[in-house]
Parts: sequence; structure tokens; C-alpha cells
Amino acid sequence: MQTIIYILPELFLSIAIISLLMIGVFVKKSFQLVNLIGIISLIFAIALVINQPDEIVKIFNQSYIIDKLSIVMKVLTLLFCIFVLLSSKEYVKINNIDKIEYPIIILASVLGMILMISSYDLIVFYLGLELQSLCLYILASFKRDDEKSTEAGLKYFVLSALATGILLYGCSLIYGFTGSTNFEVISSNLDRNNTGAVFGIVFIIVGLAFKVSAVPFHMWTPDVYEGSPTSITSFFAIVPKIAALCVFIRFMYVPFSNVVDQWQTIIVFLSIGSMILGAVAAIGQNNIKRLMAYSSIGHMGYALAALSTGTNSGIQNTIIYLIIYLVMNLGAFGCIFMMKRENVFYENINDLSGLSKNHPILSLGFLIILFSLAGVPPLAGFFAKFYVFMTVIESEMYALAIIGLLTTVISAFYYLRIIKIIYFDKPKKPFELNYDWGLKIPLILSSILILIYFIYPSILIDVISQIKIYQ
Amino acid sequence: MNFPILSAIIFIPLIGALFILITGGNPKNVEKNSKNVAIFSSLANFLLSLFLWFVFDKNISDFQFVEEKKWIDGFINFQIGVDGISILFILLTTFITPICIFSGIQSIKFKIKEFLIAILVMETLMLGVFCSLDLVIFYLFFEGGLIPMFLIIGIWGGPKRVYSAFKFFLFTLLGSVLMLVAIITIYWLTGTTDVIKLLDTRIPSEYQYLLWLGFFTSFAVKMPMWPVHTWLPDAHVEAPTAGSVILAAILLKMAGYGFIRFSLGLFPVASDYFTPFVFTLSIIAIIYTSLVALMQEDMKKLIAYSSVAHMGFVTIGIFSLVKQGLEGSIIQMMSHGLVSAALFLCVGVVYDRYHSRMISSYGGIINIMPKYAFVFMIFTLAALGLPGTSGFVGEFLVLVGVFQKNIIVAVLASLGIIFAAAYMLWLYRRVIFGRLTNSEIKDMKDLNNIELYIFASLVFLILFFGFYPEPLLNTLDVSINNLIENYNTNLNFHIAKSNN
Repeated sequence: MQTIIYILPELFLSIAIISLLMIGVFVKKSFQLVNLIGIISLIFAIALVINQPDEIVKIFNQSYIIDKLSIVMKVLTLLFCIFVLLSSKEYVKINNIDKIEYPIIILASVLGMILMISSYDLIVFYLGLELQSLCLYILASFKRDDEKSTEAGLKYFVLSALATGILLYGCSLIYGFTGSTNFEVISSNLDRNNTGAVFGIVFIIVGLAFKVSAVPFHMWTPDVYEGSPTSITSFFAIVPKIAALCVFIRFMYVPFSNVVDQWQTIIVFLSIGSMILGAVAAIGQNNIKRLMAYSSIGHMGYALAALSTGTNSGIQNTIIYLIIYLVMNLGAFGCIFMMKRENVFYENINDLSGLSKNHPILSLGFLIILFSLAGVPPLAGFFAKFYVFMTVIESEMYALAIIGLLTTVISAFYYLRIIKIIYFDKPKKPFELNYDWGLKIPLILSSILILIYFIYPSILIDVISQIKIYQ
Repeated sequence: MNFPILSAIIFIPLIGALFILITGGNPKNVEKNSKNVAIFSSLANFLLSLFLWFVFDKNISDFQFVEEKKWIDGFINFQIGVDGISILFILLTTFITPICIFSGIQSIKFKIKEFLIAILVMETLMLGVFCSLDLVIFYLFFEGGLIPMFLIIGIWGGPKRVYSAFKFFLFTLLGSVLMLVAIITIYWLTGTTDVIKLLDTRIPSEYQYLLWLGFFTSFAVKMPMWPVHTWLPDAHVEAPTAGSVILAAILLKMAGYGFIRFSLGLFPVASDYFTPFVFTLSIIAIIYTSLVALMQEDMKKLIAYSSVAHMGFVTIGIFSLVKQGLEGSIIQMMSHGLVSAALFLCVGVVYDRYHSRMISSYGGIINIMPKYAFVFMIFTLAALGLPGTSGFVGEFLVLVGVFQKNIIVAVLASLGIIFAAAYMLWLYRRVIFGRLTNSEIKDMKDLNNIELYIFASLVFLILFFGFYPEPLLNTLDVSINNLIENYNTNLNFHIAKSNN
């Protein structure tokens, strides 16, 4: 029974999901209620996670771990899930997807992510992954009368199932060659001469790369981002990335820590591919959701660049990058939710034309977020890149650093293009701004945090520098 | 003295900008208040920087008014300070900014509030560049300037403003990212980004070449040096007058300052090694862009190309690495800051009235605008380096310096002065003299009072420093001596090391 307290957040969330389902079924027109209780239970879950003990605990026969990394990642997942739910409220209502399943499935997928984050065993990891993915398939096709949304869901399902299959095959190879599913045992049994296990590693990396949408396993991203309802797109762009990157870190640094030289080149390749594709392919996009998809591919490339160094500072800087990326994306999607006129949400970049004339404050916020996404100092996005390249250069991977920085210049182009449309082009009809606090708070918070991050940048480092996997 | 005077100078404009940002209410009042705040904060800043110059001790070569604050624990400290070199750039910046604000108030017709915010933020960033004593802080300020400048060109610029703004932004960003790689590499090599410490650290010579190139790409784009100068004419032509003035008078100087402070200070071996390379590029810049300037039909473009040529003198002077050359190049930068600002303002004056920058639109202006013709003549003569103007002092010292180093370079560079005379005088003749052929410009009014005051102050400074450059040289002297001495000992150390 002693171990139960360590999985209180997970237990609580599961109970919350089941009771929400009950409420949803028995109370009529209960979307608002379910949504509200869902958000409150997420807040409660955060409190439970933060309350967890400040030591490394491995429970259930060492298959479940609670450490600094998992706590930080869980808090991030829950927190950003709350923000996404808050900011998309209006969108959900107008697009008639305010069904009770909506918050419930999101909560279920968050539960899956939390399981993934804490998993210390291949089987637990796989269970969490599947719970999460199945929910995401449904979410992508949530607007079921819409052709594009259905297409997105189906595409995501087929491709993701394939990737999961490959990942599972990798897991079985690893199990076969090391004789265990426990991460630590795998780590001690794995060595570089074990060719079969190295194959397993490659397959697992393929599966994980699909989840973080790194090139060349990114094909689903633009279509799914474009096809899904925008509220779901913002969820996709923000929340699952946290769990996916966390698992990525866990795999590379715990079970595969002895074979860094084997996986390093693969990650470097994924990283360079993502950075280049993310920068180049976004240039021609006119749909802002599609553009954000390529942008997120590029950003994952930078996060992976730090990860590829295989050091503690690599992990820390990946997480810092991730956090700043999340804040920026939250703001960017907040702006996208504002693009509404007569109950229609617009997605084309050209609809933003001359926004600065009609909505100066909103455009200023968008401007800050976009410059930050482009990585221009002194905004937070620059620091994210700066820390990443600090680690990369520390590991003397100069080519990776130079390619990465050159791609930031290319990617600056399409962010500038949006700024150009907002600030330099002729104004169109004004949008009907949404003054809902649920949307306003994340937007204001994100642009202010990005803007003033440079005043006291060590605040994030202080928290993150406690996360260490190598002792 | 405990008052953080440097921080005050850096952040007063920013505070002014915040004030303007939060003003609200009646649009007319907002406009009036923001103009007043902008003028007040920039003028106050100018006075404060004059005071700084006054209390600055010219006999010490160390950095003065150093302020240090913890910023990122154990890694980067926010450190600022000035020496004899940077204080002149600070003065130039604080002097030019009010002029830009006055000019902007005259000619900007819409979104004046946002324009003033952009200019003030720009001032903070530019001052930060000249004050910062930490490479990362320097980079932050250096790059941060891109944002307001991009907006200034893009929002208030001419018809091709989008193209120019993008070109400006992407060119500069491309140059700077390599500098970022170099900065991070320096951190891992030496364990610090503190400039004062780095100046005493001897970076291993085998690393210096690549690091130097990393910094060089950034500064060469910003300077701009041939062949990466092509963004400058576009940016100048499309930017509003105030934007052109900031660009020519201050932004370009950040690169020159960077060369002196970082390229020479940190990488003496590489600087020595690459000197012929820099000389070649500079000579090409001087001769080629002068010829290009000769053929321009757009006044702003002509002045922009002449800027490239003048900056060629600056780089030659810097890399001559003798005292006269270095002092000359700094004076040349100051002088170019005043003269090019003045020339762009002159173009702005006729542009505001007739909305054309084409030389062929004008002619015979002396008949209708005699005061304008007079000040324009002084600036033209200063641009071609007539003795008695500040332009002469700079170019002369640069040539004196480089003669000691390389006679061929000096001779070729002197050609630039002749070309400058050709294109500037020809420009003047075509615009001012001749008969008034274009009947539409007949009603153009002569300079109004604000314009007259702006030009009078510029004329005064150009002539004053032309006849009596001593205050500038006096400030520079000790710092430059120290710089050259450091450079030579550092170089000798590396040579001795490689001989062993």
C-alpha cells in the first residue's frame, strides 16, 4: 500500500475521467460542466504531482519511476493542457464540437502521457503510449462531419499504427537480446557489439521520432495539423510533444546510455533533417496551421540537437528549449483563435493582412511571439536556441551548430512574412476579438513572459538544472 | 560615484518608450504627449551623455563607470563600461537620436506613436552595443536592433519597403549567427565571455583564424563591406528619412566599433594575417562603389553608395594598426555619422516637399531655396573631405596611417577622395544649380525653423571638428595607445610561442 501514494495523480486522474463520463452521460447538455470539472481536476492533479517526494522512487518492481524529470514534465503536461482547454473554449462552442467526449478524451490522453513520462519499463511505456495515441486519433477526427478532419484522423491512425508497430518490434528485439524489459537491466546488458539490440534501438528511435514528428517521419504532421479542428491542433502542437520528448530523453539516457555513439549519429541526422525541412518547407505555406506544423518540426529539430549531445546539460537544454517552445506556441495559437469574423474562424495567413491597424495590441503580442519563434534576441526564443547551441558547441559538434544557426536564418523568413502581412499590408475587415479571459490570459502571459524573459533568465535554469539523469 | 550613470543612459530611452506605449486617450493628445516624451527623453539622454564625457577621465586607459550585475548565474554577468573609444560612439548616438525624432515628427504622417517607440527602443539597443563589456550582452543588443529597424523600414518606408526590409533583416541575421557560434566557442575555450578578462586572455592562435572569420562575417555585413553591401542601398532608399539617418549614422558604426574592440582586441594573430584581405575588400569597396555612386539617379542611393566607400576608409584605417590610422578611422566614423545624417536629412527635406528622390526631378533649387542650397553645400564639401570639415581630418589621418603600412593601398584609397569629389559635386550641380526646369517644384518652401536648427547644429559640429578635432583626439588618445600596445604584445607573444 505504501506505493499507492506515489501514483496518486494517476489514480486521481483515472477516477476523474470515469466520474466525468458518468456526469456527461447522466446530466444533459453538460459540456460546460464537464469541461470545468476537467480543468479543476487537472489543477488538482498538478497539486498532487508537486507534492510528490523530492527523491528518486522506483515502484512496481522498478517499472515506474518518480524523479525530478518526471515531475517537471508532468507539471508541464497538465499545465499546458489546462491552458489549451481554456483558450479553445470559444472555438469548440462555435464549431459544434462541444461534446462531453471532448474534455474526457483529452484527459484520457493526458493520463496516457503521464504514464509514458514515468515509465521505466518497456511494457508500461507501451501501455501509456497506446492510451495516449488512441485518444489522439479520435481527437484528430473529432469534427466528424468535416472531410478534412476525418481524413486527418484516418491518416494519423494509419501512419501512427505503423510507427507503433515498428516501435513494438524494436522493443521485442531489445527484450530478446537483453533479456529484460526494465530500463536499468537493459542498460547494463546492452553493449555496442550486440548488433541485434542495436537494430532494436534504431526501430525504437523510428517510433519515437514519429511521435515528435522529426524528419523523415514527419509526413503526418502538416496534414493532421491542418485537418484537425484548431483547438485540437493547438493541443497536438503543445501537449503530446512534452511526453514524447521526455520519453525520448529517458530512452536515450537510461537504457541506451552505454551506446551513445550508436544513436548519436541517428539523432544528429534527425535533427539536421528537421531543422532544414522545418525552415524550407514552411516558406510556401499559406495556411497558418500548416505553417505552424512545419515550424514545430523545425523546433523539434533544435530540441533534438541538444539531446544528441548525450550529456546532462543536453537534457537540461532540451527541456529549456521545450518549455520556451511551449510558451511561444501557446501564444501563437492564442492569436490564431482570435482570427474570427461572424462565427467563422480564418486560417489563411492573408486574412491577417493589416491586423496592426485594427487590433494594435493583439498584433504587438503576435509580433513578439513571431520574432521569438524566429529566435531574434532579446526575446525568449533566442535564449532557447542559445542554450541549445551552447551544449552543441561544448560537445564540439560545430557542423550541427552552424547548420542549425543557418536554418534559423531561413526560418526567420516565413515568420517575417507573417509580420509583414500583419504590419505592412493593407487592412482588411477587423476581426471580432474574443475577450474571454480563458483566451486572454494565456495570450498575455505568453507574450509578456517571452518579452521579459531576458531580465532574469536564470530562473528557468535554476529549476531545470536539478534534472540530472547521470549522477 | 555610485550613481549608475551608464545604465541610466542606456535605459532612459526605453523608459521613455514605455511611457509612450501606455499613453492613451484622445488621439491628438496621445500624439502630442508622445512627441514631447520622445523629445524630452532623448534630449535628456544627450545632456547626460555630455555630462558623462565631462566626468570621464581621459588619462586612464581602463574601462570606466563599470557596472556589473549577476545575470545568468556563473555564466554571464551584465557588465557595462566605457573607454575613450566607446564614449565617442555614445555621444554620436545620443546626438543623432533627437535629430531623428525631430525629423520623424516633421515627416511621418501616420502611426507616429509607434514610430517614436521604435526609435527610442533602437536608441537603447544601440547604446547597449557601445557600452556592453560582455560578448553575449553585446550580441543581444547588436541583434536586437534588427527588430525595430525592420519595422521602421517596413512600416514607414517607400514603395519597395517590404523587399528592402527583408533583405536588411536576413542579410544581417545571416552574418550574425556565425558570430554567435564564435562567441560560444570562445566561452568554451576560455571559460568566460567577459570582455575585460578576454582582452588579457590569449586565445590560442590556431583557433583565432576561424573565430575572427565568424566575427568578420557579422561586422562585414553590418559595415557593410564589398561584396555584402547590397542590402544597404535598398534599405537606405526605402527607409523613411529618420530610418536612413539612424542606419547611416549609427548602425554602420556598430560594425566599425566591433572591429576595433573585438577583432583587434581578441584575435591579434588573425587580424594580422587577414589584413591584406581586408585591405583588398576595402579598396574594391572604395573604388567600385564610388564608380557606382557616380551613375546613380536616385539621391538616396547615391549617398548610400558613398557610405560604403567611406566605410572602406574606416576599415583600412582600423587594420592599418597604427595610431594615426585608428584615430583617423574613428574620426571618420564620427564625421560620416554627422555628414551622412545631414545628407539624408537634406534629401528628406526635398522629398517631404515634392515626393521624389530622383536627381532629374530637381535642378535650380538655389533659386527657390537659398538657405537649403547653402547648408547642402557645406555637407557636400564635408562628404568629399574638404579641409576645414570633419571629413578631411578623418580621411587624412587614415591615409597618413596606411602610408606607413602599405603605399599602394594608400595611393588607391586616395583615388576614392577624387571620386568622392566627382560624384558629390556632380550631385550638387544637378540638384541645386542650373535653371529651374521642373515647374512643379516652384512652390517648394525653404527650410522651416526646426529644420534650420537641426542643420545649424550639424553644420556647427562638422566645421568645429574640422578645424579643431582636438577634443575627439584627446579622448581617444590613451585608449588607442593602450589598444595598440596590447595588440603588439599579444602578437609578439604568439609569434614567440610559434617560434619555440
